[in-house]
Amino acid sequence: MADEIKKEAPVAFKVTIDNITIDVAPGTTILNAARQIGGDVTPPAMCYYSKLEGSGGKCRSCLVEVAAGSTADSRPMPKLMASCRTTVMDGMIVKNMTSEKVIDARNGVVEFLLINHPLDCPICDQAGECHLQDLGYKHGVESTRYEFKRRTFEKEDIGPFIQLHMTRCILCYRCTYIADQITDKRVHGILDRGDHAEISTYISKAIDNDFSGNMIDVCPVGALTDKTFRFKNRVWFTKPVDAHRNCENPKCCGKATLWLRGDEVYRVTSRKDEWGEVQSYNGQVGWICNTCRFEKKKTNDWTIEGLTTISRHSVIGANKYATLEMPIDTIKKVLHGRDPKLLMNIHNVSGVNNPNIHLSEIDRSSQMEDFVKSNDFIKGEGESTQWGLPKE
Amino acid sequence: MQALTNRLKEVDRRKMNFLERLYLISIFKGMMITFSHIFKKKPTIDYPEKTRPFSPVFRGLHILNRDEAGRENCTACGLCAVACPAEAITMEAAERQANEENLYREEKYAAKYEINMLRCIFCGLCEEACPKDAIYLSETVPPADYQRKQFIYKKEELLIPHPIENFEAYKKALGNRVKKETDNFKI
Repeated sequence: MADEIKKEAPVAFKVTIDNITIDVAPGTTILNAARQIGGDVTPPAMCYYSKLEGSGGKCRSCLVEVAAGSTADSRPMPKLMASCRTTVMDGMIVKNMTSEKVIDARNGVVEFLLINHPLDCPICDQAGECHLQDLGYKHGVESTRYEFKRRTFEKEDIGPFIQLHMTRCILCYRCTYIADQITDKRVHGILDRGDHAEISTYISKAIDNDFSGNMIDVCPVGALTDKTFRFKNRVWFTKPVDAHRNCENPKCCGKATLWLRGDEVYRVTSRKDEWGEVQSYNGQVGWICNTCRFEKKKTNDWTIEGLTTISRHSVIGANKYATLEMPIDTIKKVLHGRDPKLLMNIHNVSGVNNPNIHLSEIDRSSQMEDFVKSNDFIKGEGESTQWGLPKE
Repeated sequence: MQALTNRLKEVDRRKMNFLERLYLISIFKGMMITFSHIFKKKPTIDYPEKTRPFSPVFRGLHILNRDEAGRENCTACGLCAVACPAEAITMEAAERQANEENLYREEKYAAKYEINMLRCIFCGLCEEACPKDAIYLSETVPPADYQRKQFIYKKEELLIPHPIENFEAYKKALGNRVKKETDNFKI
């Protein structure tokens, strides 16, 4: 966005954020200027989404202190400003992480965001890639001061692909913007006001637009999750790989991240950039269509490019290795090419991760009946006998 | 070389005489030491009839806890598995159905839950990671077995007995450490 403006107006504004000075195009917001610097200087954003027009200004988590308005008028701004909606002025001095006021305010904002949040992260499919979880981890307190009942909603079914958990919603409006801007018509929105405000469809209409699945990707919390991935695995046990396919839909970019478990595609999402937003390719935002997202759950539907780069600090990268170096099998050499006899093949005993069960082929949440076959063990070679010695 | 203790004895390298070569005296001396130990206090105990007192932080076999109504606490969140340094824990989750509210506490539950006791190092990190008070390391010493496959503990073996249907077994599984809590427990 900032790049486009730069071409029209060559004049650059000098802005100092956390003692780092950068030249940005006029009209850039403080948040986008901070993103150009990157790192810890960038305020968090729960509702602002650079790819969605008009987003931002709702969650207040990006508040910053403006210590000097501009060179012309160097008075500080009296209140903390929402950095996603405030444009920079020449000579503006902004304090983000260096301001105690900001940290204090942000802690307060997080507390407000978490007042009605159910904190059911152990159940939530978003856990591990949830922005509210990250924000709460950084700025939240250990326990709540809220003594009243958290708001609850009647469960609503919004179609076969998307699961709505209204209790987790922080009302960022991103999903309504996406429906307005990239789908033909919007069938959902915010109903009621204040504490009763909820994301809903009008008279339980199913959201079935071709690009509705992108609502899942823009949702910063677990309010909108993938129904075809529901409860099948935790995000951090699946392996993300970049892949692409030639999608028939002209609006779909066909570039996606596959979340694999072995050779099974458990989930397909669009690719995310470092700010957790959908990546752009040559100025085009990489939204993917529902066919790619929900129906192409086989590895041979896709051309796999390689492992997705995951932040070193993310739990998603836990126990995964970019290059796997296998030690040289000396036993085979010593035994003149014969395979060593296994004392126990784990699949002969274990009921978990049974190779005969393909959760990726089920287009709803995982349920008990899907695991009926899991006690059919894979009988074969290497069965141990009573003394733990190989059979003759 | 410097001696570590003052009990150092030089080995006598002189040639043995006839009496010494018979070894009778040496054997008798040795037997006297053995015999004298009969009257000494035994350092061993008659396990399993008698057991030693456990340390209050002893970490034995895992149990999967239930709440007071007997519903399973575990929601298969996977935190124990990701915390496990030995990668011994595996699980698969399922969605709770409309008529199963009395079986599982949360919307999601562990359909399959396994601990590979051959891999487990009993560090207790799973217990610490658990947000739902679901997994505990009990006072039970993991039993030995002849077969490797007996060490793959399934959910059925790990789950604590039902507190209402089988209170005695439930109390026993809880162990002595939580005795005070269960005394106040009303059925």
